Amino acid sequence: MNKLDFDWKPLVLVPLLALLVLPFIGSSSTWVTLTVAGLAMGMIIFIIASGLTLVFGLMDVLNFGHGVFIALGAFVATSVLGAMADYTASGSLWTNLLAILPAMVVAMLVAAAVGLAFERFIVRPVYGNHLKQILITMGGMIIGEELIKVIWGPLQIPLPLPEALRGSYYLGDAAVQKYRLLAVVVGLLVFAMLLWTLTRTKIGLLIRAGVQDREMVESLGYRISVLFVGVFVVGSALAGLGGVMWGLYQQNVIPQMGAQVNVLIFIVLIIGGLGSTTGALIGALLVGLMANYTGFLVPKAALFSNIVLMMAILLWRPQGVYALSR
Amino acid sequence: MLNRLLSHDLPRSRVLAVLLVAIVLALALTPFLVPGVKALNVAAKVLVFIVLVASFDLLLGYTGIVSFAHTMFFGIGAYGVAIALTRMGPSWTALAVGIACALAMSFVLALAIGLFSLRVRAIFFSMITLAFAAAFQTLASQLSEFTGGEDGLTFKVPPQLQPSFELSSTPLFGVDLDGRLLAYYLLFVVAVVLVLAMLRIVNSPFGRVTQAIRENEFRAEAIGYRVVVYRTTSAILSALFATLAGAMLAIWLRYNGPDTSLSFEIMLDVLLIVVIGGMGTIYGAVIGSALFVVAQSYLQDLLRLASEATSGLPWLSALLSPDRWLLWLGLLFVLSVYYFPTGIVGKLRSIKPRPPQPRPPAGQVRQSAALK
Repeated sequence: MNKLDFDWKPLVLVPLLALLVLPFIGSSSTWVTLTVAGLAMGMIIFIIASGLTLVFGLMDVLNFGHGVFIALGAFVATSVLGAMADYTASGSLWTNLLAILPAMVVAMLVAAAVGLAFERFIVRPVYGNHLKQILITMGGMIIGEELIKVIWGPLQIPLPLPEALRGSYYLGDAAVQKYRLLAVVVGLLVFAMLLWTLTRTKIGLLIRAGVQDREMVESLGYRISVLFVGVFVVGSALAGLGGVMWGLYQQNVIPQMGAQVNVLIFIVLIIGGLGSTTGALIGALLVGLMANYTGFLVPKAALFSNIVLMMAILLWRPQGVYALSR
Repeated sequence: MLNRLLSHDLPRSRVLAVLLVAIVLALALTPFLVPGVKALNVAAKVLVFIVLVASFDLLLGYTGIVSFAHTMFFGIGAYGVAIALTRMGPSWTALAVGIACALAMSFVLALAIGLFSLRVRAIFFSMITLAFAAAFQTLASQLSEFTGGEDGLTFKVPPQLQPSFELSSTPLFGVDLDGRLLAYYLLFVVAVVLVLAMLRIVNSPFGRVTQAIRENEFRAEAIGYRVVVYRTTSAILSALFATLAGAMLAIWLRYNGPDTSLSFEIMLDVLLIVVIGGMGTIYGAVIGSALFVVAQSYLQDLLRLASEATSGLPWLSALLSPDRWLLWLGLLFVLSVYYFPTGIVGKLRSIKPRPPQPRPPAGQVRQSAALK
């Protein structure tokens, strides 16, 4: 994509929304607090949704079982952080990060391994058939959720934040929670890595070419099927990472969390345009901001805000802000 | 006569026909065959689910649309009855008003969702309905003064359907002829009528067109059918039948809350039943619902026994615990999507009766075919 024909309009949506809400909130410090919180929440949502949008954009597979990988990541994190209680209890930031990092890595590895099996047994037989994909991945989600209940039990498990990540920094009167800063950093890293891989590396080139014309790339001697399995595994790993972030954000995990998060992710993807990474980021930021603003202004309308947002965006662009030209 | 009742869509399989007759007879005679409150509750639940699942089959099996907002309409029906009976007192008028309002609301919502999102790809539609269903569930639990919030509404049904109502003081075959029995038979008659009506719809010219759309949307459009109109009509019809199923549930339970009629678990149950029973058959809904609800109510005891028997192996025991029965159902679901895409009914229909051995001359075959 060259700089000239880059579609900038969707990028304006995020600051536009933030500015539109400013007069309603009144005090600027509250607005800064809410906006930063919203952006951070959006970043976490983006990490969760990125795997799904990747898999859909490149393989044209809609995984309704994506939520299970998120729940899996969160539950793995409870086990890992529970085992490293000495590290999380200490007040130093670096020791805490030393606990969170392995939790993330293990969660990603477990989710990736499960994703490999999921792709092989659940998704592979139904490539190219959307109706069956929806049914099968939904079935996979049911099975996954039940297995999580078997392993970790059906009850809610607390996932407290490590000591040094609790509390907030203050900019004047505006409070910024420390954990949300971490979320922004991780989210930006994921976004940058995805874009860089897809647009600047040979693997990304092959994947994009495989999407355009699979047979041609295969006839040039590349194994597209292996690449696509890799894409699915990476998508699952990202879901696992997102699960850790989301679990720490909620400070507890329940087995049903996959199904709950699914709704949120789908709204984000519909807003962003299925399969577009940048679109998913914009969608996630909008949803995050919207959730925080409405939570402050009209607490009862939190979930509807997303639906209203989705409707508004779809009226403007029926395929989402960055529709893939398929 | 029977052929006309079933809209010339006969079971086309001997085993299936026997099963269907057995299920209908069992449901018709439950109060007299199996004593006890639990059995009657299970049978009533089967009736409700048959209508609900068959209505979902209109959409999924016959039109090829995956909607996750089906329980929304189910809930609208149940809430319509619940709210009307709570506000207007237990009378038949209130019941009629509640059902009418619910149907109107479902019609408008289904039309809106259909026109809004059936133009886009199937995947988009599924995702949008999922979001809608979640929002509606939140709405129902938020508007607590209207819907009773998380606690739901407990209400009185019209006097003739209350347990205290006596049709006659002498029991018939040892069964008290009270209001519960009347309510049960009301449900039974309604379910039979609705299922026959749905059979009528799917075997009508309209139903043929929806199947054409399911098979090849592009070609159907090319022949000159307006796909969006047919799809939206199908979505509305399915929503209306689901609403009636919800009303049946509310009449039977005399209670309604977000978890009883709106929860996503019910949506998953419906999806499982329709696929395992057989998509695009309507009969699959009957067979599937009966199997599913009975299994849910009675098989869990078997699982409990199995779980206790394997208590030496904690892993296996945990897998076999009765709370985990959805796991096995999910596995069955996935396997059935792969190996019997047409479900139980399709499987039964595809089994050909064995050709008679040894092969007789052709004339005799024709004769025996004529005798059938």
